Amino acid sequence: MPAAEIALPWRRRLVPYLQAGPLGLVLALFLVFPILTIIVVSFFDYNSSGQILPHVMLDNYHDVLWSKTTWLTYLSTFRFVVIVWVLTLFIGFWVSYFLVFHIRTNTMRIALFLLTTIPFWTSNIIRMISWIPLLGRNGMVNYLLIHLGLIDKPFEFLLFSPFSVVVAFVHLNTFLMIVPISNSMARIDKSLIEAARDANAKGWQILWNVIIPLSKTGIAIGSIFILTVVMGDFATVRLMSGGQSASVGLMMANQIALLQYPAAAANAVVLLLVMLVLVAAILRIVDIRKEL
Amino acid sequence: MTRVYSGKKGRTPSAKALRAKGITRRSLLKGGAAVTGVAIGSGAITGFPTIWAQNIKDVTLRQFGTGTSGLNEISVKVKEELGFTLEQNVLDTDAVMQRAVTQPDSYDIADIEYFSTKKAFPTGVMQPLEVKKIKLFDKIVPIFINGKLTPTSTIAQGTAPHTVEFVEGADSVKFAKAPTEWATLVPTIYNADTLGIRPDLVGRPIKNWKDLVDPAYKGKAATLNIPGIGIMDAAMVIESLGLHKYADKGNMTKEEIDMTMGKMIEFKKAGQFRAFWKSFDESVNLMASGEVVIQSMWSPAVAAVRSKGIPCIYQPLEEGYRSWGSGLGLAKHLKGLQLDAAYEYLNWYLSGWVGGFLNRQGYYSAVLETAQKFMSEDEWGYWMEGKPAKGDIKSPQGAVMEKAGAVRDGGSFFDRMGHVVCWNSVMDEDRYMVQKWNEFVAA
Repeated sequence: MPAAEIALPWRRRLVPYLQAGPLGLVLALFLVFPILTIIVVSFFDYNSSGQILPHVMLDNYHDVLWSKTTWLTYLSTFRFVVIVWVLTLFIGFWVSYFLVFHIRTNTMRIALFLLTTIPFWTSNIIRMISWIPLLGRNGMVNYLLIHLGLIDKPFEFLLFSPFSVVVAFVHLNTFLMIVPISNSMARIDKSLIEAARDANAKGWQILWNVIIPLSKTGIAIGSIFILTVVMGDFATVRLMSGGQSASVGLMMANQIALLQYPAAAANAVVLLLVMLVLVAAILRIVDIRKEL
Repeated sequence: MTRVYSGKKGRTPSAKALRAKGITRRSLLKGGAAVTGVAIGSGAITGFPTIWAQNIKDVTLRQFGTGTSGLNEISVKVKEELGFTLEQNVLDTDAVMQRAVTQPDSYDIADIEYFSTKKAFPTGVMQPLEVKKIKLFDKIVPIFINGKLTPTSTIAQGTAPHTVEFVEGADSVKFAKAPTEWATLVPTIYNADTLGIRPDLVGRPIKNWKDLVDPAYKGKAATLNIPGIGIMDAAMVIESLGLHKYADKGNMTKEEIDMTMGKMIEFKKAGQFRAFWKSFDESVNLMASGEVVIQSMWSPAVAAVRSKGIPCIYQPLEEGYRSWGSGLGLAKHLKGLQLDAAYEYLNWYLSGWVGGFLNRQGYYSAVLETAQKFMSEDEWGYWMEGKPAKGDIKSPQGAVMEKAGAVRDGGSFFDRMGHVVCWNSVMDEDRYMVQKWNEFVAA
């Protein structure tokens, strides 16, 4: 009996580890190990045949950090992040608000929710092609504006420009804001809103003092999604800017294409660090774990 | 296609019976072809070594390459005529090089471009081919052997195929300066690239590479965003503008890279370019939609625009063409029966059927005389001799590509391949070049 009593707490302590074990193993193998490999490789040299030469050096980081291109590229990527974040947050918030507070039946809510996922259903290349008839030089928008007599010659900035990149990002990713925000909103106790109203709060006061603070978790999660998607993107920027805008992802893709793995790895490590800092900043502002 | 298919069908039931009588597969094939009235394959396939072991049908060769020559029709034909299975995997140019180097066990045959070979072969992932086992090697167009189309041609700049065609020995990864008994690739497909234009929208004759940066086409020009190829087109433009004469466009010095990309950044900032494309489809759409009226282009993309009924010309230019070529190489690990089958396949590839197939799409095959047997006189005249088509010119799949009377852009094989001035390249300074290219894109 005494032996069993001693063994039991030990076993019990082991249980959570066993439960977390499989996932931990998967993460270690497919997340931690590859990232460690990338970090290690980022310090290596390489030759023009794409062979990685294992002697440690800092040249790759020097090339990344001391190049004006890197800074310009990060700047342009940040610009996209901020614009897309503001737009998706604004649109996402109000779509969520509508779905949660104005739609009465659950069936309708789910149906409308699914509608917001439609932009995800097409491939990148098809999306890019389908913007040409709309935004192109001879596209619908220009055709309409010219025929209404509003402009004399077509707007060129509509396609293959930062404008079209933002349009595509917002079109694609607003969904990533809608899901977490409406999830947070749906959990707001309606009696809180009634109480605010009883206390004579105006509409915007309810919004500012009740709904927004209680949707904070959703906003934070949505923001992290947008941040990671836009920072890490390379397809959308390339296709919608007609290849004329750089992105951090594209920079790496060009290096990988010429088998310059260590250089691309150094770039990836820098990007990872930048992202971690930004996500940490968001998490400092909103304690997601507490709010969940 | 239907003819070929019926041939196969008609042959199948009798195959086992005939093999039982000890008749070889090849004579069987000829018999089958004759019985079903299929002319294809009857006369031309002769003189290979035969390795028709019973277990040949169990052999599978895994090949990967670009979509240019990664054609399903070839796999079907290989199964019919050679009996074994050819699995093909289609990737883009960059991915082909990565796959060749980083996953050498994942393929048996690499369908790879010559400039990629310059990077891939020295890593030791492939084995040199024994030249004497390739029956038609001496019939291969001399561009691949000594760099000269005719004895008087000048050798083009860049990674010219003959510079990476041979290695010094059976185990060598060092490129030989002159032909040896050990080859890196069997050349299979190549072409001469130039600018594509919309004749209805450019408004004047286009004669030079510098027209790509003519301010008249501001916001209506495009080039490609594949650094190794894009910089070559940029160099053609710079030379055409008379700004610089490169010692070797395919192997620039750092200063030349700076100057070239600096100029391109100027053009970009002035708003010259509408887009930089990376995939075939993008270039087709840019052109077909009229977003772009002049751009670097590949020949099948021009055909694709034309097939939509939109005028598009693959414009020959005074300065000449930028060229590319691919070939088939053997993975290091191939041996035994699989290696024999691979050699059989390479020999078959040069024996004409594939050549005719590729030539009828506007590419060129390595051995011309065998391909000619698989093309009609009119097809040969149109594609290879620059003669006006007598009847409709059809693609191998049967779609009408050109109406009677059409003449190929750029003319004959010798007019086009004879005016190649540079090949797609890998530069010694490619590390620096990519940095500069990224700068260009970010500018």
